[in-house]
Amino acid sequence: MEMPTPNSRILERKSRIVARLLTVLPADAVIHEEVETRAYECDALTAYKCPPLCAVLPASTEEVSAVLKICHEEGVPVVPRGSGTSLAGGALPTADSVILGVARMNEVLETDYDNRFIRVQTGRTNLSVTGAVEMDGFFYAPDPSSQLACAIAGNIAMNSGGAHCLKYGVTTNNLLGVKMVLMDGTVTEIGGAYLDSAGYDLLGLICGSEGQLGVVTEATLRILPKPEGARPVLMGFDSNEVAGACVSDIIKAGVLPVAIEFMDRPVIRATETFANAGYPDCEALLIVEVEGSEAEIDEQLGLIMEIARKHNPVELRESKSAEESAAIWLGRKSAFGAMGQINDYMCLDGTIPVSQLPYVLRRIGEMSKDYGLDVGNVFHAGDGNMHPLILFDANKPGDLETCEAFGAEILRLCVEVGGCLTGEHGVGIEKRDLMVDQFAPDDLEVQMKVKDVFDPKWLLNPSKVFPLEASEARRAH
Amino acid sequence: MLTPRTEDELAEMIRETNAPLRIQGGGTRGFDPGTADEVLTTSGLSGLELYEPGALTLVVKAGTPVAEVEAVLAAENQRLAFEPMDHRRLLGTSGEPTIGGVVAANVSGPRRVQAGACRDSLIGVRFVDGNGTVLKNGGRVMKNVTGYDLVKLACGSYGTLGVLTEVSFKVLPKNEATAVILINGQSARKAVQTMSKALASPYEITGAAYTPSGLDGHPVTMLRLEGFAASVTYRAEALTKALGDVGEIHIETDPERTKAGWEWVRDVHSLSDVAGDLWRISVKPSDAPDVLEAIDPKAYLLDWGGGLIWARMPSGTDVRQKMQGIGGHATCLQGRASRFHPQPETLATLSAGLRAKFDPKGILNPGVMA
Ligand SMILES: Cc1cc2nc3c(=O)[nH]c(=O)nc-3n(C[C@H](O)[C@H](O)[C@H](O)COP(=O)(O)OP(=O)(O)OC[C@H]3O[C@@H](n4cnc5c(N)ncnc54)[C@H](O)[C@@H]3O)c2cc1C
Repeated sequence: MEMPTPNSRILERKSRIVARLLTVLPADAVIHEEVETRAYECDALTAYKCPPLCAVLPASTEEVSAVLKICHEEGVPVVPRGSGTSLAGGALPTADSVILGVARMNEVLETDYDNRFIRVQTGRTNLSVTGAVEMDGFFYAPDPSSQLACAIAGNIAMNSGGAHCLKYGVTTNNLLGVKMVLMDGTVTEIGGAYLDSAGYDLLGLICGSEGQLGVVTEATLRILPKPEGARPVLMGFDSNEVAGACVSDIIKAGVLPVAIEFMDRPVIRATETFANAGYPDCEALLIVEVEGSEAEIDEQLGLIMEIARKHNPVELRESKSAEESAAIWLGRKSAFGAMGQINDYMCLDGTIPVSQLPYVLRRIGEMSKDYGLDVGNVFHAGDGNMHPLILFDANKPGDLETCEAFGAEILRLCVEVGGCLTGEHGVGIEKRDLMVDQFAPDDLEVQMKVKDVFDPKWLLNPSKVFPLEASEARRAH
Repeated sequence: MLTPRTEDELAEMIRETNAPLRIQGGGTRGFDPGTADEVLTTSGLSGLELYEPGALTLVVKAGTPVAEVEAVLAAENQRLAFEPMDHRRLLGTSGEPTIGGVVAANVSGPRRVQAGACRDSLIGVRFVDGNGTVLKNGGRVMKNVTGYDLVKLACGSYGTLGVLTEVSFKVLPKNEATAVILINGQSARKAVQTMSKALASPYEITGAAYTPSGLDGHPVTMLRLEGFAASVTYRAEALTKALGDVGEIHIETDPERTKAGWEWVRDVHSLSDVAGDLWRISVKPSDAPDVLEAIDPKAYLLDWGGGLIWARMPSGTDVRQKMQGIGGHATCLQGRASRFHPQPETLATLSAGLRAKFDPKGILNPGVMA
C-alpha cells in the first residue's frame, strides 16, 4: 500500500513542533522518543506500520483544541486515534504526522435515564459505556466484536456496527450529539439530547467520516432499556443457497431477530477444532437470536424454526437456557481467533444485497481456487454484511500481495452485485484505491469538497479514504 | 413550471439555468417557499425501481407519491418504519405528498422513538446538485460505511443541496397486532414522567404521546405497543403493572381505532383547526413541561415521549425567546418568525460552506434554510 512521501520540511522541524506541543501539554502527554512512538506505528491492520513524528495524549477538549491550533499553524498532518483497533488502517500514521490519541479522555460526563442518554468522553471504550449503565437496566446498543478495546471515538469515526444491528442499527442510529474540535482548534457542538437536529444533519455527516472532518471529544449516546431476555437457535444446512433462502424467508415472515449470523464450512470446521462448540459438520450454519420475555421468545423461535424446517435443516437446535445460548454463540465468537490459529488472515467487510448471497459465496469459492488461498465466511446475514477471512502466510514472500489482490476482487464483486466495499470497518488505507470501483469521479469529488469545508488545508488524516491520486492536488500545498 | 421526466433532463435544466428554482415534490408543506419564482417539480420522476421484500429493500424515484409507496409495501405486509406524517390537514394544503419531499424534510412520525427517523431508514440517494451534476451516495444495502454519509446530509436539506431523483430505504415488516394504553387525566408533567418510565421499560414502546384535550376534551397519555398478538397482550399487561398508580387506564386493541388514533397523533389533527402560528419544538423530554410553561401555547401536542412539542401560538409570539435557558430548538411552520432556529456561528459557517459547494450558483431553493 502506497503512502505519500513524508514532508521533509516537517521532519526537519520535529524538535520545534514537539517543543511547541510541550507548551500546552504535560511532558508525559507528548511522546516523541523513537522507541516510544513505535507504540503508535499501526492499528489492527498490522501489515502496515510507520511510527509517527510524535504522539500526543490530551486530557481535555481544551488540550485537543490547543494541540490542533499548533498543528494547524505548523501545517502538520494529524491522525486522530481511539484505541487503534481499526481493521482498515484508519489510524495508521505517516512519518510526518502527529497522532492525537483520546485514550486519556474516558470519563462519563452525564447519565440521564429519564431522557435515555449518556454523555461520555470519546476515549471511553464501547463496552464500558454499557458498563456504566447496565446496573440500572440499560445498555448501549452498537456492539462491535472489538467492544472490550475499541473506543467510542473510533466507533463514531467508522460508524461501527455489531452483531445486533439488524434490530438496533449502527453507531449513527444511536448517536445524538458530539463535541468536536475542527482542525483550526475551533470547538463546536453538534446535535444534543434531542431526536432531530436544527439545520443540516451534520451529525450524520461526521459519523463515519474516518477522522477527516474533526476530532470528536465528547459524545451523547442513546441508551436503551435491556430486553427481558434473549435466546438463539442454531440451524445447519447442506448448501449456502438453502441457508440464504431461509434467511430471506425469516425476514419476510415479519419476525425481526436481533441477529442472524452465518458461517460457512471452512469457518465451522476451524471453530470446531479451536473451540469445540459442538457445531454440526455442514455446509452452512445460521445462528438466529430473538429477544423478549420467555413466552415471546418461545413464540418467535417457534415461528423461525417452522420456517427453517421447510428448508430441511441438517440440524436445528433451540437454546433453552443461558448455558445452551453460550454454547451456540461460542463458535461464532471465536471464529476470528480460530481462523487466526490456522494462519494469518485478512478480514474483508463488503456488503451485498441478501439475495446475492449464494452467488457471491460460490464466486468466492471459485476465486479461492484461482488464488490458491483458503477463505472462510462468517457474517451478519440479515443485512448482507460479509466478512470473508482470507488465510495467508505473512512470512511467505508474495502471499500478502496475493491475498490483497484476492480481497480486492471479492470487494469488486460486492460492488458489482449492488453492494459496497465496506459495511462497518471503514475505508482507511485498505480500500482507498478501490473507491473508484464504487464511486464515479464526481461522487468522490463531492465528498472531497465536503472535507474542503471542514478542513481546508487537508491536515486531518489526509491520506485515507480517497485514492491518493484523487486527493493529490488537495494534499500538496 | 419545469417538469423534468428523467434525471438527465433534470441535470441539463439545472446546468443551463442561472435563475433560482423552487424545488417542489407534492407541495404539501406549502410553507417557506423561499425567494425563487420558477418552480421545478419532481412529479415527472416517479415510479418503483426495485423492491425486494426478503431483503427489506425498496428503491423508488423521488417524485413517487407516498401513498403509492405505502401501497406497494402493504401488499407484502411491510411499511416505512418511520411513519411519515401527512401535513395537508394541519397546514391546510393540498397536493400529493411525494417520497422525495418526505426525505428532503426528514419527516418522521410517532415511531421515531423506537424505529428511528426517516434519515435512519434511508440507505441511498441519487440527486442532482446545483452544478447540474448527477451524484449518488449510499446504495441499496443497509450496512454501508464506504465514504462520507451524504445520504444523511441530503435527508433534511430541503432541496438546498440538490434535487433528489431516487431514494432507497430499509423497510420493515408490519406488525400483527397493536395495543394502546390510554391514561386519562394526567397533567403534562405527570404524562412526561409516565412516558419516560414506559420508554425506559423493556416493553418496546413504539409511540408515546400526550394531548391536553383528546377526542372527548380531556387529557390523554397514549402508549403504543406493536408486535405479535400474544406478545402485545403480554406487554400491555406487564407495562400497566409497571406503571403503577397513574390513574384511569384503558387498553385499546381494536385495529381500526388504534390506527386512527395514531394517525390523529402523527398528523397533529388536534392543532389543525386552531388559529395561530404553528411551531414544532425539539427538546429533552423532561424539559417539555418547562417549555410549555414558558411558552403557554393556545393548543399543543406532545409526541416522542415529550421530546417533540407541536404548539399553536398567538400570532407573532417569539417562541425561541421564551425558551431561552431551557435548551432545544424550535421550527416555525406557520407564522412570521424565521423558519429555522438560528445556529451557533461555527455550524452556520460550516452549513453555508457546504451549501456553496453543492450549489455555487445559489439557485436551489434560495431563501430556504437560510
Ligand atoms: C478483533 C476485531 C473485531 C472487530 N469487530 C468489529 C465489529 O464487529 N464491527 C465493527 O464495526 N468493527 C469491528 N472492528 C473494527 C474496529 O474495532 C472499529 O473500527 C472501531 O470502531 C475502531 O475504534 P478504535 O477506537 O480502535 O479506533 P482507531 O482504530 O483508533 O481509529 C479508527 C478511526 O477513527 C479515527 N478516530 C479515532 N479517534 C477519533 C476522534 N477522537 N475523532 C475523530 N476521529 C477519530 C481514526 O483516525 C481512524 O480513522 C473489529 C476490530 C478488531 C481488531
